[in-house]
Amino acid sequence: MANSSPDDQKILIMAQQFLKAIPHCHKLGMTIVSADSTGVVVELPWSEDIVGNPETGVIHSGVVTTLMDSACGISTVTALPEPEMCPTLDLRIDHMGKPEPGRPLYASVAPYRVTSNIIFTRGTAWQNSPDEPIAHCVGTFMRLGKMFGPKGKVSQPKSKSEPGDSAS
Amino acid sequence: MSLEQELKLARESGQLDALINTIPYARMIGVKGQLVGDEALFLLPANKDNIGNPILPAIHGGVIGGFMETAAAIHLMLFMDQPKVPAIIDFSLDYLRSAQLKDTFAECRLHRQGRRVANVSITAWQSHRDVPVATGRVHFRI
Repeated sequence: MANSSPDDQKILIMAQQFLKAIPHCHKLGMTIVSADSTGVVVELPWSEDIVGNPETGVIHSGVVTTLMDSACGISTVTALPEPEMCPTLDLRIDHMGKPEPGRPLYASVAPYRVTSNIIFTRGTAWQNSPDEPIAHCVGTFMRLGKMFGPKGKVSQPKSKSEPGDSAS
Repeated sequence: MSLEQELKLARESGQLDALINTIPYARMIGVKGQLVGDEALFLLPANKDNIGNPILPAIHGGVIGGFMETAAAIHLMLFMDQPKVPAIIDFSLDYLRSAQLKDTFAECRLHRQGRRVANVSITAWQSHRDVPVATGRVHFRI
């Protein structure tokens, strides 16, 4: 975006660094299209290696899972003051159509609720426009605290609380 | 070879790799499988290309999901009355612990096969079957 605020610039850099640190995403050639306080857009290029049905060239649903899990995970940086380790608790993907072969697939994802322990994210995968979703996804992430503490160590700012506000 | 022939061969030999290798994505992440008695057991060998978190290191959650989806689809085709390539409707996945850079196994259960929809659950584990790294459930349109 042309008029991105400094915060949005910081979010973009964090999102790019986050993606770059994931070897499997690098292998699939994923890139950040945009990242700001409203969420992230991640691009997955089509390739023969990720095809699920060689007769049609349609990519495997597992790659959509990887794209959505990655995009949801990366979107957590848009809602946090500092990057945190946020493993996925669960993921739910609804497949509403088949992506067209030979074209990139995009994931638009944003967190919609952040608690002291949990980040709830949701988004869609699309090709032509975000208004024509191919898949819909909901992902829940656990906050494990800051990735880098004052001495470069993993810190746990949340005293030793259990993940999940009500989970034991 | 047609899908029917591949499935027949897989059922007879107990080796699922040739069938799995017809799926380019499954071949890329390295899925393997075999029949143990009448049950299908799937393996995802440790592979650095599948890493999601290099610090731990841990296998990408999406790869675990893709492995489980592949296992569910193959399992369904093996045990279906009339083999067809199933189309995924939805996938629900619970991550129970981080998947370390180790061999990962999966087994599935076909809970219901109706005329149009099948419900398959998947459990993935590493060192011990009773210490799962993830559980999932897929609905397929058949």
